[in-house]
Amino acid sequence: MVEMATPGPAAAAPLLRAQSLTRRFGGLTAVNAVSLALRQGELHAVIGTNGAGKSTLINMLSGELPATSGRIELAGADITGWSQPRRARAGVGRSYQRTTIFPKLSVFENIRLCAQAARQRPWALWQVAEHCGASRSVAERALVAAGLVDVPQLAAGLLSHGQQRQLEISMCLATQPRVLLLDEPLAGMGAEESELMLALLLDLKRSHALLLVEHDMDAVFRVADLITVMVNGEVIASDVPKVIRSHPDVRVAYLGEG
Amino acid sequence: MATEHTWIVPATAALALALLPAVLTPYTQDLVVKIEIYAIFALSLELLVGMTGLVSLGHAAFLGIGAYVAVRASGEGGAASLLWLLPAAVLAAAAYAFFVGLLSLRTQGVYFIMVTLAFSQMAYFVFHDTAVGGGSDGIFLYAKPVLAWAGGTWVDLDDRRHLYYAVLAALAFTYALLALIRRSRFGHALAGIHGNEQRMRAAGFATYGYKLAAFVIAGALAGLAGFLLAVKDGAVNPELLSWHESGAVLLMIILGGIGSLRGAVIGAVTFTLLKEFYQSEALLGALAAHWQLTLGFTIIAFVAWLPKGLIGLAGTGAWRRGARSG
Repeated sequence: MVEMATPGPAAAAPLLRAQSLTRRFGGLTAVNAVSLALRQGELHAVIGTNGAGKSTLINMLSGELPATSGRIELAGADITGWSQPRRARAGVGRSYQRTTIFPKLSVFENIRLCAQAARQRPWALWQVAEHCGASRSVAERALVAAGLVDVPQLAAGLLSHGQQRQLEISMCLATQPRVLLLDEPLAGMGAEESELMLALLLDLKRSHALLLVEHDMDAVFRVADLITVMVNGEVIASDVPKVIRSHPDVRVAYLGEG
Repeated sequence: MATEHTWIVPATAALALALLPAVLTPYTQDLVVKIEIYAIFALSLELLVGMTGLVSLGHAAFLGIGAYVAVRASGEGGAASLLWLLPAAVLAAAAYAFFVGLLSLRTQGVYFIMVTLAFSQMAYFVFHDTAVGGGSDGIFLYAKPVLAWAGGTWVDLDDRRHLYYAVLAALAFTYALLALIRRSRFGHALAGIHGNEQRMRAAGFATYGYKLAAFVIAGALAGLAGFLLAVKDGAVNPELLSWHESGAVLLMIILGGIGSLRGAVIGAVTFTLLKEFYQSEALLGALAAHWQLTLGFTIIAFVAWLPKGLIGLAGTGAWRRGARSG
């Protein structure tokens, strides 16, 4: 076990804390005793080679996979046994490695529907979903923030890949999460789109606790406040970027230097 | 917004249907009643397949249960009261749908199809092979239900005209209910589950509960159709629950166009009329004995040339919510 690094400037209590999370698939231990803490105002990146257990870790934090052992806390409350929808309503949002949107629904409805999760009222059959003021206003703000204000009625599946990634983030934000778990948001993006996304992440960091899983090392070292390095399901280092860059174990195991 | 006037066409159709008995012969009036009942059945499946993305191949079980309860619960005495017989039939179908949904909704895709098929075959054999259902010949309804109140008989389903308007009212109710669901938050959540269930869960929707609710409502409406079918025919038999029937209702919504309420109704009309036509010895002679073959080829042709169903001929695309580009 590696000790947690001292937190960044906003040394608040952690919003999301994982303690000794382990996930086994039969005989394979995909994630082994991983602990980490996410704080508001902090961008925490998790890096590691393919198969290091990063996605499994995100899936456990978001509630898609139950942990074999360990504990997850959200703002001090034990949420280990909570389902994904319940965690989402409590403020844990996530994006996926593969774009996960509603391709046949309009851009606006994609965001509005996510905002509806906060006020579901499924029994109110006489009310029109599109007239739902609460979700509409959230969606209208999110459209502007995502730069999609010109194409609200376009089917989301017709957007460019970069716009779809942007939309997915907006859909996450529409649920008004406190914690954002982002699984490779830059995957498949061009240079210009990546820059926009990184600027967005830095902006989001101020009001959210961010976990970023990303393969683009340049980007990670530019925006992360803390970096956790995983190898074969275990954390081998967790510290500020400057320390990680010169960490001997990391250089050997991950940055490919002997 | 094109969606604001969508009630005009169905309302006009309902009005036309209400005036139709004036010009119908008894045979054609029976045919219209039969088509309307199948339209209710097709609409109930559209809630699952088109609105939620759950392809069930066991939907006839709920039709059959509604029908059998209508006959069994009326007994052999006088006419039963609609007031309790109709709710009993609908609730029995809903209860079985709750049970089947509880288990089958834990599976997905082709497994869901197989599990729903298995549960409907189970129900089929209960009615086919036990004393409950009277075997393969089925059972007769001795007296059709009535609605009597304050000394008068207000509705007597033995009366052809009363039955006609009762079925029309049930169809209008079903269509209106599904149209309401479609535009409500519930319906939009179902559309989201259809589009991407993973994202719905990540947003905070407990999707299992939504799907179960849709499954139970669909089962209840199929039970309503079954009740009406039993009353219309005055008899039930196990074939009502067979997978042929489940397949036929699936074909109806495919023919009409999945994803549209009107499509489901148009599909029920087309399928029933085609079947009547191909079964008619008066029109087709010896070929009528092979109606399954001719109907099959016709359906293949429809699917090949109209992949979006008959509703696709309308060509506006406005019925496909949210997919409009401007």
